[in-house]
Amino acid sequence: MKREIPLLIAGIVGCVLVIQYFIPHTPFGTLNDVFSDWFSIIQATAIWLGALNLIKVAGDKVYKKQKDWPFSLIIIISFFIMVVVGFFFSGGRRFLEPGTPFSQLYDYVYSPLMAMMFALLAFFVGSASYRAFRARNKEATILLLAAFFVMLGRVPLGDALTGWLPQSLHMSNVASWIMNVPHLAGQRAIMIGIALGTVSTSLRLILGIERSYLGGE
Amino acid sequence: MAGESLKKFLEKMMGIDRRVIFLLIFVALSIPMFIAIKMKIPVSPEVESLVDTMRNLPDGAKVMISLDYDPSSEPELQPMAETFFTYALQRNFKVIVIGLWPQGAIQAERAKTVAETKAGRQFEYGVDYINLGYQSGNELVIQRMGSSIPAMFPRDYFGQPIGQYPIMQGVRNFSNIDYVFNLSAGYPGTLEWVLFAADPFHVVVGAGNTAVQAPQMYPYLGKQLKGLAGGMKGGAEFEILTNLEGRAVKYMVGQTFAHTVIVLFIIVANVAYFATRGGKKGGAL
Repeated sequence: MKREIPLLIAGIVGCVLVIQYFIPHTPFGTLNDVFSDWFSIIQATAIWLGALNLIKVAGDKVYKKQKDWPFSLIIIISFFIMVVVGFFFSGGRRFLEPGTPFSQLYDYVYSPLMAMMFALLAFFVGSASYRAFRARNKEATILLLAAFFVMLGRVPLGDALTGWLPQSLHMSNVASWIMNVPHLAGQRAIMIGIALGTVSTSLRLILGIERSYLGGE
Repeated sequence: MAGESLKKFLEKMMGIDRRVIFLLIFVALSIPMFIAIKMKIPVSPEVESLVDTMRNLPDGAKVMISLDYDPSSEPELQPMAETFFTYALQRNFKVIVIGLWPQGAIQAERAKTVAETKAGRQFEYGVDYINLGYQSGNELVIQRMGSSIPAMFPRDYFGQPIGQYPIMQGVRNFSNIDYVFNLSAGYPGTLEWVLFAADPFHVVVGAGNTAVQAPQMYPYLGKQLKGLAGGMKGGAEFEILTNLEGRAVKYMVGQTFAHTVIVLFIIVANVAYFATRGGKKGGAL
């Protein structure tokens, strides 16, 4: 029963969500609304589970003094600072309101740190481009040329360099053509492949053939 | 002799320390902070279509903006949010904000403040603007809004019941929304808005994406996605077409310098590669 009930739930919910797409009327429409609400509730609960799991994993690491444990300690401290400040230091206001200590932590600590992490990407992209974009063979040369034209076409410099050429050969138009013709064709092919894979996996889940999500065997 | 020293130099370039690359990119990104440069930014058809769709909306239209990103994507997407809010103020759009990412609603409040300063007037909360906050459930939030928006968002960002606000009067589901603008940095985001709102409920959806994500949305442009602003450049074009030049146009200078440095590095790397290996066949990519 421990396995049959979850399989039955997955099967029924899966069937209803598929059918309601084509017949959005009672009872399928109503059931779809109910299942959507349940999903939101379950996901909201899962966020808490995720937070608790984070603390457990980080806590274990600190307790056992595993490799890089000070980082885990920072995670735990930061987590509790945000929770405590949000719950107890908002002065009777909602913690999200502008001007609260929580909002200030968000604006002046969390936000710049996140932006900084993402900004580092520019440096790694530069270094990776230098090493990866080499015309080693035919495929790599095509990739290199596409990257070259799109990268230049996406900034005003590209058009400044090709301004003397006919309009259709301006770098921005070349980049646009790459994006709208060869890239789009490849993207569509990949998407159709993914969609077919998704359909077959979904059917396996709904029919109870795919059971790995239940854990165990 | 000169040829040999050039070859030695190119060999050195092949194994250049990545810290040198980091330093040059840092310099390229820093220069525009000190020099004001005006650049002509060409406008792409995708952004033109995005702005045309918004232009065709009647004054006072009811629009929804979903901010599905966090501060890590702020440099690319926040300028678009600010431009959208400023444009909405100019056209008296009634703006309903939601977030499928927990940070989305907070980003909206920040963008709104900037837009109000820029436009020189404020949204009247509950009349011109409402922030419904974050709701968990990813794409199912969108699907549920197709049948009932108040069911998914019974209270706003500040914990007040939404029924008391004039802006929400008569808003039952997507059929009462004229336009949805989605700013997305991943999942859930534009793809989910296309699959769960544009397709089944015929919602008019326009989007702003990070440069990394935008190429994946091209197949939907046209019928399912009415315009797309991709990355910093998309944001700059969006600002130009709405006559609201701001941060994205300014940031494009830095991006131009950085792209130029990267392209120069690619050229140097390939020249060095061929000069030092004599065009020998290399390995896989």
